[in-house]
Amino acid sequence: MMYSKLGLKVGVEIHQQLDTKHKLFCRCPTKPGKDEKEFHRYLRLKRSEIGEEDKAAREEVERSRKFIYKYCDTTCLVEADEEPPAEVNVEALKIAVQIAKMLNMELVDEVHVMRKIVIDGSNTTGFQRTALIAFDGYIEVDERKIGIATLCLEEEACRKIEDGEGYAVYSLDRLGIPLVEISTKPEIDSPQLAKKVAAKIGMILRSTGKVKRGIGTIRQDINVSIADGARVEIKGVQELEILDKVVENEVVRQLKLLEIRNELLKRSAHVFDDIFDVTDVFSNSKSQIVKGKIVKAILLKGFGGIVGKEIQPKRRLGTEFADIAKNFGLKGIIHTDELPAYGISDEEVKKLKELLKAEENDAIVIAAGSSERVDRALRRIIERAKYCLKGVPEETRKANEDGTTSYLRPLPGAARMYPETDVPPVTLEGLEVEIPELIEDRAKRYSKDLPFDLAWEVADSPYWNLYEEYSKLLQPTVVAKVLYSIPAQLKREGIDVSQLGEEQFRKVLNAIYDGRIAKEGAEEALKILAKDPRAEISFVAVNVDEIIEKIVESKKDLIAEKGEAAFKPLMGLVMKEVRGKVDGKIVAEKLLSAIRKVINK
Amino acid sequence: MVLGKRVRIRAKGKIFEGIAMPSFTGNFVLKLDSGYNVGFKEYELLEVFEESLPKTEIKKLEKKDGLPNVKIISTGGTIASKIDYRTGAVTSQFTAEEIVSEVPEIAEICNIDAELLFNILSENMKPKNWIELAKRVYNALKSYDGVIITHGTDTMHYSSAALSFILSTPKPVVFVGAQRSSDRPSSDAAMNLLCAAKAAISDVGEVTVCVHATTSDDYCFLHRGVKVRKNHTSRRDAFQSINARPIAKIDYPSLNVEWLSWRLKRNERPLDCKAKLEEKVALIKFYPGLSAEIMEFFHSKGYRGFVVEGTGLGHVSTDWVETVKRIAEDSVIVMTSQCLWGRVCDRVYDTGRYLLKAGVIEGEDMLPEVALVKLMWLLGNYDLEEAKKLVKQNLVGEIEYRSSY
Repeated sequence: MMYSKLGLKVGVEIHQQLDTKHKLFCRCPTKPGKDEKEFHRYLRLKRSEIGEEDKAAREEVERSRKFIYKYCDTTCLVEADEEPPAEVNVEALKIAVQIAKMLNMELVDEVHVMRKIVIDGSNTTGFQRTALIAFDGYIEVDERKIGIATLCLEEEACRKIEDGEGYAVYSLDRLGIPLVEISTKPEIDSPQLAKKVAAKIGMILRSTGKVKRGIGTIRQDINVSIADGARVEIKGVQELEILDKVVENEVVRQLKLLEIRNELLKRSAHVFDDIFDVTDVFSNSKSQIVKGKIVKAILLKGFGGIVGKEIQPKRRLGTEFADIAKNFGLKGIIHTDELPAYGISDEEVKKLKELLKAEENDAIVIAAGSSERVDRALRRIIERAKYCLKGVPEETRKANEDGTTSYLRPLPGAARMYPETDVPPVTLEGLEVEIPELIEDRAKRYSKDLPFDLAWEVADSPYWNLYEEYSKLLQPTVVAKVLYSIPAQLKREGIDVSQLGEEQFRKVLNAIYDGRIAKEGAEEALKILAKDPRAEISFVAVNVDEIIEKIVESKKDLIAEKGEAAFKPLMGLVMKEVRGKVDGKIVAEKLLSAIRKVINK
Repeated sequence: MVLGKRVRIRAKGKIFEGIAMPSFTGNFVLKLDSGYNVGFKEYELLEVFEESLPKTEIKKLEKKDGLPNVKIISTGGTIASKIDYRTGAVTSQFTAEEIVSEVPEIAEICNIDAELLFNILSENMKPKNWIELAKRVYNALKSYDGVIITHGTDTMHYSSAALSFILSTPKPVVFVGAQRSSDRPSSDAAMNLLCAAKAAISDVGEVTVCVHATTSDDYCFLHRGVKVRKNHTSRRDAFQSINARPIAKIDYPSLNVEWLSWRLKRNERPLDCKAKLEEKVALIKFYPGLSAEIMEFFHSKGYRGFVVEGTGLGHVSTDWVETVKRIAEDSVIVMTSQCLWGRVCDRVYDTGRYLLKAGVIEGEDMLPEVALVKLMWLLGNYDLEEAKKLVKQNLVGEIEYRSSY
């Protein structure tokens, strides 16, 4: 696709959790905890705060429900919104400034913490604390300068555990972990470049050595628009690998919506404001979806065949409507383009069409559930359907794992931000930070001693500093094996290596250095430590060859009698002496050749 | 003055536009269009834009037939205050229309009229404010079915105690506060106000305090105004009834009322107001090493009422006995306990017996703050001897003669 011709503009927003000792506004650790007790709250938005333009807030209010919060010993009253926040965590502030400098940004002189209203329950307060730290920087990708608009330091939201009808359950342990939000300018003009920019920023962030790693610790949001389309904000791309695909799919979606608009205009399509109660039509239905529920319908004149039209892989226009319904706590919607199906009969469809006076070219959307929810959802779907005649609506969408996106909510307005009066402004003057070496530069350095791919992995590993230390004492390839290759291999074999950390790697490297184990024993040693991180790797160095020679010599008769079949019992004897000290595979090879030697004699 | 106006500035080599915000550090604070505030040390003001602000209209309120009428009097608490999102300033016109627009459900419970009496922080409340408030409530009680008083939480229990003694009320007088300011979506203000509205139309003839009972938004307690105390600096459920059960539990959002203890019912007492207070009453918290000179000082300044917050069962050091004896000749000295929970009993240990002999009066299970306010009211309305008699008698529920579990 010729993206430049489409006027594609992409901005990338990276959210990265920082690996600080404490949370941003309290002294709780930034670690997950075990949920023990719970409390519940409701959030409400003052009407005076909802500008007419701020649809996002209004929609959230309409969806208002009960929020249940789980808390534990790693959280305190600050997360529970029962105590005022402490002052901004200086450690987090320093990391943010460090990152800003690495992104060639200008710092503000004085940081003001703001409250960004978010009332989906993900923050107990009903707002997210956030502060603008720096602006106007750039990074270089493919010899192009890509502008970095802003860097904000903010608190992470709660972890959602469950989403029920009329309620949501959150855990407080993640709430308040410091997070940097980095937004590029919308200067990216291809999906590939978007991915590269995100990768580069990610690399810069990891270079600080002070960011969290693992699933959920970094999230990418993307802003996408094309010339005739609209700005769409896509939230929560977890995998960098599919970032380009998400952009591609969004471009396709916007193009399809424009096609749909043209077709609808040609057909003089029209959306009615009426919501019809059609419960009676389905009173004896075989369909579990509608049976025994209040069912209501809306008429989309001229939409026949269009509601079922695919706009992203396996997603139709009707899926967009269904997303809205789900947001209002319903299971989804059914439209006539897909009927008869789901146990709804031909006759019921006919009755439905008669009741709404629908013609051949029209579409009907029905929804079932509680009367109030159905009304609210259908009202919003009417609004959305009307927009089909205009083009692409500006909105916030959610990234799905397959690279498609679902409707989340309208774009929020800027008005929902006000000062966090409980936290005094902080000056950045005199805040000294050092600029660390970039991972890519470090990898280049390491590649003198290691193959480039391995050099990159070690440079990008949290244990690169161990490599620096031990590669002066041991063969660099041995150190790289211990720190990266062997753990990676063990993980592939299905061994849980989550217990392996700096302490364990040091044990193994020291043991090799002191000659207590052979370098071949590293794998065995790491296996032991993976199971029991406290284990002492203090077995004395053994001479495998000597042991094998001795055992083979003493069991000559057995070998003469059984030939190569003697391998199994002899292997047992050898391993008894060298287990945990030498790699079993190596022992097997050596023993087999020693046995063969005897046989051949 | 550029404050609150849209400006264009140059700072750090870049042009910014936004609203000039108040600053407390000397730096220039700008609210950017993204909503963020940022501070700059050096800047160049390029342009100031004049623009008119859009006004939001609030619908006129219509009274509903058949609903009780409730008066809401604000003393400047955070309930129903409003924040200006351009400047961050908190304003409060406190009209009924505003309250209903923020907490629309209240219009289903009662018809409300609202009045902004004070706009002061609760730590700045003075006895003269209690008197003025009591008089205002007294007038409102003549025509309304109940009165709600919004109040800052810090000294709300002093005010509720003051009104409990000053007013004899046949109708509910309900103090309500919020621990999270009402400008945040998680504020406890709306729920507390709704529960208070329910309390204000219910079958009660007392001065009460209605606030969150737990950290959840599940129910409020209606506390007796003379048995309640703020016991936590920040939690929603900071208020607790001490040495008594709350009067009622009001469920949220159903607003069902469950009575938990005895109460004075609606119309059980005639409406009356004895609005005099003697301000020269001191509350003295004893601690190891504190000298009795502190009493001498107050006495020399003309104080004739003393509430002592003693240790344990109600003690001060034995070296106070002589001073206490001298001062008790022309003053009332009431002993309460810094334990808060439990009853004062000065007949168990020698020190206590000496103190009683010296003229100290046991404050039973009264809270120290309540004893203070009670003594102010007694000395304002009765002579010394009568005050001495009445201070240990239960007048409005401030003393429970039986300590229950």
